[in-house]
This record gives sequence, C-alpha cells and structure tokens, in this order.
Amino acid sequence: MTARVQTAPFDLAAEMAGFGLRAGALVTFTGVVRDDTGLMAALEIEHYPGMTERALQDYGMQAAARFDLTDWRIIHRHGRIPVGDPIMMVATAARHRHAAFQGADYLMDWLKSRAPFWKREIATDGTATWVTAKSSDEDALNRW
Amino acid sequence: MTLEVLYFAWLRERVGQPRETVTTDAATVRDLIAELRAQSEGHAAAFADMASLRCAVDQQLADLESPIGSAREIAFFPPMTGG
Repeated sequence: MTARVQTAPFDLAAEMAGFGLRAGALVTFTGVVRDDTGLMAALEIEHYPGMTERALQDYGMQAAARFDLTDWRIIHRHGRIPVGDPIMMVATAARHRHAAFQGADYLMDWLKSRAPFWKREIATDGTATWVTAKSSDEDALNRW
Repeated sequence: MTLEVLYFAWLRERVGQPRETVTTDAATVRDLIAELRAQSEGHAAAFADMASLRCAVDQQLADLESPIGSAREIAFFPPMTGG
C-alpha cells in the first residue's frame, strides 16, 4: 500500500516481488512514453511536490476501500523520460480478478485527471509542447 | 495575511516564476486571482483562460469560489495530465 514519485526508472519485476501476498488476483498496468509521430524524443513531467504524494496516497486508499484491495502500489516518474521508457505503474491485489481490474482502472482514471502532473512533449528538434488534457479522460472519471 | 502562491506548467512560464509571496485580504480564490491579474502582463496572460485554470488550496484541489480562510499555500495550474 505505497505510492512513490521518483525520477529514476523502476523495475516492474522487482516491484512485484512480495506484492499482494495471498491475494487471488494481481493486476499491473505500466504506462510507456509513446511516439505517434516519429518526431518525439521524450516527455518531460512536472509535478507538485508534497501535493502529489498526498494525492496518490489518498487515491490508493480510496481504491482499496472501494474495491476491497488487499494491496496496491502506485509509482509515477517525473523529469525527462525518453520514448520507450516506462512513465508510471499501478498494481492492485484482490481476492478476485474483477476487483483487481476495476481497482487498477479506477486508479488510472484518477491519476490521469486528478494527480498534479503536467506533461510536455520534447521533439527531436528540441521544441517543447505542453500536452493538453483530454475531455475523454474527464468523462472516464465520471464513470465512477 | 501572507500567502505563498505557486504556479505550475504553462502558468509558471507565463507568470515567469514558480512561486511568490503575496499579502492579500482576498476572501476567495477568485478574489485573489483578480488581484494577481493586475500585477503584470505575465500574470494577466496566465489567468486569461479561466476555463483552463485549476487550483489547490493547501495542497487540496479546490474550486475558484473556495474561501481562502487561513490557508498558507494556493497553487494555480492547467488541467492535469498524469498517467
């Protein structure tokens, strides 16, 4: 039941060692920097130190209460992250798969629109563009 | 009262600084914005699009009508793009 914000990469296998012991279902999601245009070098992620850690902890605890999760983990990176690198992960553990899937889905929807991170795309020519929030992400949050 | 005001992402770029200490009697976040907007062209540009403005009062998400009360830290930023 931990949330971390860090610049360093993370190792999914290492994170899952000992995670969710005795659970019947484990779900993990990893977000990776993608390049849809062939022109992107990296993402640069800014966050709100202090508030971010608190928000991730709150959302993790809300998901645990709502879906009866026996364990959860959130890791979100900030700083410059090259294309192909993992940005963030969530892991959930529950007795059954529905709760584990739903818990992970719920956490992702909250992280997308309510965790204080801001992404900027850095192109191969060095230009930087702030990513704008998608209304579909806001709609996704309303499902819950 | 004295408040720390923080800016993130393109609001920070438009204001030209990540944080400032302000002395104000503003009752709500919206009142505070009206005062900040008058400070410089950069501030005015940062607060030009209110639909794209989000805020936190003492590190909790809040809306523009939120009372400032005894808050110490108010942050302004665009819609979040995590995940």
